[in-house]
Amino acid sequence: MVLIDQIGQWFDRRLQLAAPIREAAEHPVPRNTASWFYVFGSAALTVFMLQLGTGILLALIYVPSASEAWNSLQALNHDVTLGWFIRAMHGWGSNFMVAIVLIHMVQVFLFGAYKFPRELTWIVGVFLLLMTLGMAFSGQVLRFDQDAYWGLGIGASIASRVPILGPVVVKLMLGGPIIAGATLSRFFALHVFVIPGMLIGLVCLHLLMVLKLGINEWPMPGRLVKRATYTSEYHELTKRSGAPFVPYAVWKDLFFAAFILIAVAACALYFGPFGPTGRPDPTIIQTVPKPDYFFLWLYGLLSYLPPSMETPALLIGPVVVIAFLVLLPFLSGEGEKSWRRRPIAVLTVLLIAVVLGTLTHLAGYTPWSPHMNAWSGDPVPARFLHRTTALERQGALVFQAKQCRNCHSLEDLGGQRGPALDSVAVRLTQDQLIRQVIQGGGNMPAYGKNLSPAEATALVAFLETLHPAGQTPARDAALGEAQEKSASAQ
Amino acid sequence: MSNEETISRRGLLMKIGILFNGLVATALAVPIVGFVLSSVTRGRANAYLSWVPLGSVNEFPEGETRLATFRNPYVTPTDGKTVETACWVRRVAGEEFQVFAVNCAHLGCPVRWFPQSGLFMCPCHGGAYYRDGSRASGPPERGLFEYPHKVKDGVVTIQAGELPTPGSPTASLFGKKPPCAGGNDLVSIQGGLRASSETNPWLGKKKSWS
Repeated sequence: MVLIDQIGQWFDRRLQLAAPIREAAEHPVPRNTASWFYVFGSAALTVFMLQLGTGILLALIYVPSASEAWNSLQALNHDVTLGWFIRAMHGWGSNFMVAIVLIHMVQVFLFGAYKFPRELTWIVGVFLLLMTLGMAFSGQVLRFDQDAYWGLGIGASIASRVPILGPVVVKLMLGGPIIAGATLSRFFALHVFVIPGMLIGLVCLHLLMVLKLGINEWPMPGRLVKRATYTSEYHELTKRSGAPFVPYAVWKDLFFAAFILIAVAACALYFGPFGPTGRPDPTIIQTVPKPDYFFLWLYGLLSYLPPSMETPALLIGPVVVIAFLVLLPFLSGEGEKSWRRRPIAVLTVLLIAVVLGTLTHLAGYTPWSPHMNAWSGDPVPARFLHRTTALERQGALVFQAKQCRNCHSLEDLGGQRGPALDSVAVRLTQDQLIRQVIQGGGNMPAYGKNLSPAEATALVAFLETLHPAGQTPARDAALGEAQEKSASAQ
Repeated sequence: MSNEETISRRGLLMKIGILFNGLVATALAVPIVGFVLSSVTRGRANAYLSWVPLGSVNEFPEGETRLATFRNPYVTPTDGKTVETACWVRRVAGEEFQVFAVNCAHLGCPVRWFPQSGLFMCPCHGGAYYRDGSRASGPPERGLFEYPHKVKDGVVTIQAGELPTPGSPTASLFGKKPPCAGGNDLVSIQGGLRASSETNPWLGKKKSWS
């Protein structure tokens, strides 16, 4: 023990760090901040450390070359001892990191911690969030598979919409005219050097400000923040009822950090690593590219925006959101902190959560995309063929062969791009069915060019049978019933 | 400070030192910026615009659309498979061709050709195009990108070399603009109408049919 003490003193005489570290560890914090709500910041830092560690381990094997990256990932998954586990930890770590950073941000927002004097801490936090998302996207690119390749294409398509500078931005992003070797290399540099470097710097700044300004006290409804008096009130509070951060509050951080690490490891063990999916070979076009979990909401949003809204939304939207987040502490730097007295803040968070959640959920089964194999794979339910004429059955064949099924479902099987057709005959008359099939419209292509008269006749005859038993099909009220009967008898 | 006006020797040396560093930094910035922007300043001449063979005319049956692959004319040593690119070749008749990029005009996902319904469908956000590349439905604002092409000595060649994106300079260079380019839903319906009435004998005389 004496020896350890002496070694410690030898180092401290030269480093002189013991006193400031002790001071930082034992700085008084308001007692009620020793709460389970205050653990997300340290948890984010813990996962960031995990990502640094596992990232360095992966870099021992990974080859950042468009021709070799996919093979080196396969080697990590299958050849290198426990390579799959490190990949899985890094992949699940990224999911956890995005989630924890978002939760941390929501907690900080709802507890009013961005208000005076912690405005800059919040702004740095906004950039930390953006960099975390940047790490998530560039990390997905480094998993150089089909999703990564086409994901880059989507990124380039979005970037190319920037007015005037679009083509320049695309070439800078891709490092050349196409997605190729230079693209992967520059995303490697971003993911491994540039963004982590900035992250480390900003995390230090973020932490320094938390130490200098003190942790946000538990917000009490009615206790308002005023620029003139806040600092002295806070010092009064910590002096009167403060407790040293170590060990009074830190044990909860430690427990939660360990719990998060266990959760990441458990997910890694149980679910394994992410991909890689198919080879990044652009000649393989039988692929359905999808972004990683945290960008699914964007994928969903991009299919619901009207075409004319898309470019403005893609280019102006992020600027507005980031500007709002950065300006937030200046827009409401004083006043009420407690979420109990800030209904608009609570509703905003709920609204954003519901929107993001819904879009993510929808992106899980993409009702906007045609089901590419429905026409050849999904059977026509037997009840629609029972007691039908030869013409109607021929129509059912046309319905499948012309890929109508890719967008229209029968008995919940098939695409959901267009409306389900189980009872289409109740909604549309014969004339309307013909018009819709031949001319399309309402987001449906026109099939006039691709249906012979005989095929169209059969198809419409089949569609006219699609109505619930006991419910009569729609008919043209302008025509008399007798007239219509005689017309269809012809 | 009483001696604000006077400049001390050390103060002057420090200022000159800062100035010197500024000059060196500016000089070094020229090659650094030049390196960073090299992918932009390289220009589109040479390889970007050379003609790439897709195969003999006979490999593409008349009236059909086939997938062809080509090697991008601009290659670097570490590109691997990524320089292999696919495109859809439609032989309209004789030596009349259309060559479409596989990249959807919406966000660049690979579109698939369905000969039975005569449609290109995109798996990502549900964009669809007619056989001539014009927009049929979904989020794309325009038709498929077309590569400039020519038939030389019985071989179909195209001018490729750049990822087709909505804003790329080649997007306007890619052959003629498709009929529905820049259209909204209304235009596409009219486009569909026009397309249908050309070949479908019943359009406009529905009554005689029912």
